[in-house]
Amino acid sequence: MIPALGRILILASLLSAAAGALLGFAAGRSRSVDGLKWARRFAYLYSGLIISAALLMVYALLTHNFSVGYVAQVGSRSVPTWVTIVSLWSSLEGSILFWGLVLGAYIAAATYFTRGQYAEYQPDAIGVWLSCAAFFSFLMAGPANPFLTVPNPPLDGPGPNPLLQNHLLMAIHPPFLYLGYVGMTIPFGFACAALIKGRLGHGILKPLRESLMLPWIFQTIAIMLGGWWAYEVLGWGGYWAWDPVENASLLPWLTGTAALHSIMVVERRGILKGWTITLIQATFLLTILGTFMTRSGVFNSVHSFTQSAIGPTILGFLAAALLFSIALLAFRIDKLESDGRIEGAASREAMFLINNLMFVLLTFTVLIGTVFPLIVEAISDKQMSVGRPYFDSMVVPIGAALLFVLGIGPALPWGRATGEQVRKALLPPIAGAVLFALIGYIANVRSPWTLLTLAFGGYAAWVTFAQMFLPMMQRMKRGESAATSFVDAQLRRGRRRFAGYIVHAAVVVVIICIAVSSSMRQSTELHFNKGQTLKASGYDVTFLGVEERSEPHRTSIIGRFDVARNGKPVAHLEPRMNQYQMMREPIGTPDVHSTMAGDFYLALSNIDPVAQTASINVYATPLVMWIWVAVILMGVGALFGLMQ
Amino acid sequence: MNESDRMRRKTRWFMLGAFAVAGIAFAVIAASGINKNLVYYWTPSDLHANGEKAYGATIRLGGMVAKNSIRNLGGSAVEFDVKDATRVVHVKTTTVPPQMFRENIGVVVEGTMVKGGYFQSNRLMVSHNNEYKAPEKGHPVDRKELERMMKSVEQGKS
Repeated sequence: MIPALGRILILASLLSAAAGALLGFAAGRSRSVDGLKWARRFAYLYSGLIISAALLMVYALLTHNFSVGYVAQVGSRSVPTWVTIVSLWSSLEGSILFWGLVLGAYIAAATYFTRGQYAEYQPDAIGVWLSCAAFFSFLMAGPANPFLTVPNPPLDGPGPNPLLQNHLLMAIHPPFLYLGYVGMTIPFGFACAALIKGRLGHGILKPLRESLMLPWIFQTIAIMLGGWWAYEVLGWGGYWAWDPVENASLLPWLTGTAALHSIMVVERRGILKGWTITLIQATFLLTILGTFMTRSGVFNSVHSFTQSAIGPTILGFLAAALLFSIALLAFRIDKLESDGRIEGAASREAMFLINNLMFVLLTFTVLIGTVFPLIVEAISDKQMSVGRPYFDSMVVPIGAALLFVLGIGPALPWGRATGEQVRKALLPPIAGAVLFALIGYIANVRSPWTLLTLAFGGYAAWVTFAQMFLPMMQRMKRGESAATSFVDAQLRRGRRRFAGYIVHAAVVVVIICIAVSSSMRQSTELHFNKGQTLKASGYDVTFLGVEERSEPHRTSIIGRFDVARNGKPVAHLEPRMNQYQMMREPIGTPDVHSTMAGDFYLALSNIDPVAQTASINVYATPLVMWIWVAVILMGVGALFGLMQ
Repeated sequence: MNESDRMRRKTRWFMLGAFAVAGIAFAVIAASGINKNLVYYWTPSDLHANGEKAYGATIRLGGMVAKNSIRNLGGSAVEFDVKDATRVVHVKTTTVPPQMFRENIGVVVEGTMVKGGYFQSNRLMVSHNNEYKAPEKGHPVDRKELERMMKSVEQGKS
């Protein structure tokens, strides 16, 4: 009953998306008002159908209806309810359905909020959105059908991949990532519509910017949550390993960030129109490339599913979207006329351009390193990967340069600047650079790249704070009270600007903390007998013994450790090995003591309950916590600016 | 054509030239960076076939731990043989073997060949199947699984 109903919903969503897409493009061509009205109705219909299909699957999961293929594959009666809900995106078919759910919500919201306006662009935008929607419904109608009927339903299922049950962050990271990834479809639609019409007028910039900003916020948080999850679960003491799955989430973020900046130049100066459109298209294409890399099984990871055969289909879609984008660009980019040009090298728009080039360079660096092994394997069947040092050696200098531009860019005025203006703007913040580098040096930082990052960060922090409150200061100089000038200049009229600098300040913190935490990390390997105390990075670690604990869905072997510093107890840590039902090997889970100054991290590599011995890896890493905090601040700051 | 148009055209060519030079420089740097940091996924047979190339290159060697070959070298160091259907490679590792390490299990070791003719590794991963199968005796090593493991970058990264 449920499988049949689900199947009908999926097929109906495919039909309505396809029909709506055709109607949208036709209405865009004929400028028919009725055509647009109907395209909009089909957009809502599609959203309703696909959201119902996803909710039906959630219902089937919650009621443990094992006659539904997907439930039989990932459901289990013995897991907690939150794991059951998380199961929706824990395997291939469900994750595509979840994609549909998010896309449906985005399309409905975008259609609703742009109704009655932008009549020039909306039909084609709806056409593009629903074409993408039709593809994902097609995936579920064919190669990734979540509503397969199970003829003899089992009494219980295996539950989702244990690595996903192992930490609560897994309930948050995927939805954020989908909200980021899928949301990039909306600005892509607007960008394509602008190209089809051959015009990027001032009117469309607001929805373009906002529809890019919202998924960008989700994507920012999602990348951080992924790193945090890896840090809390995988047990190697770090949060970023340049593995293809991580890179897949970073790539569209890089081009999206570049686009968010270049839109501002379009707004302000009327230049870089074609470039901005290209960046937005690239962002969408990179989300599809990322989906291909993570979902097709070409890279082994917790994100890939062995049974998946949808790789070629996604690749086909990627190729079609790429051709469509390139063709549109080739035929239409000349029509997007510039209204001005860059006045000089020492201007803010020139810095925006450098910022953009840096982001594109970063994108290429990461893209080449990620895709290279795939190309080699496709050509010569040899298997290899690109090692981490490549990424580090390429990304660190570009990242430092970006931080430098983040510092001097906002200090420079728009348009032409005099030498005097430039000197006045650029010299004082050097004090900030010296201060930060000095603090680092006193705190024992010796790595030249980290010191340079601190100096650039200090410069950028100075400029950012000076700029952040500039409007308020100007008003106060004119005699207004601090409170009214704050409310008016920072929260009301200057909100977008203020929010932008909040994001910049958070970025400075993130980059500094990444540099410090990765260059100052200490690791030690310790072997314990019960009761023994050993030293690591200035801490005394005592092994109290092994404990075994049983829960319905797993059993755990836990190493119990007391951590002390200078005789004072600091923390009790319990790194563990979790053995899940239906799974052969245990999964190690580290335990972390986090403070504002740094983290103390224990991961079991070997534990023997009989002999009561344990081997652990100990990592002492400064400032890690601030990365999570500052990235959340980036998101909150951007959201604050968006809610104007 | 007036003076400012000519200037504009000149700057455009200059910009294009600068971009081209920067692009080529970037490509060269990236290519050499990739070339220096490749990690090869080899079986013992591949390793033997590559001869001298195996010395100094970063390699992920995947195979099965040979029977009766595990010896403790004191501390956390262990030596053992990794074999496939035809060839054997002697491995010394400095890291603590993971919980599941034993004879006749699939392993992937990362490191390189050193003088003395053995494989020096600083990283040891044990075949860690994510599929849901009941535990069975013998644990036959699946080649596919080893290949997937060699590619696996998320787990046990150091």
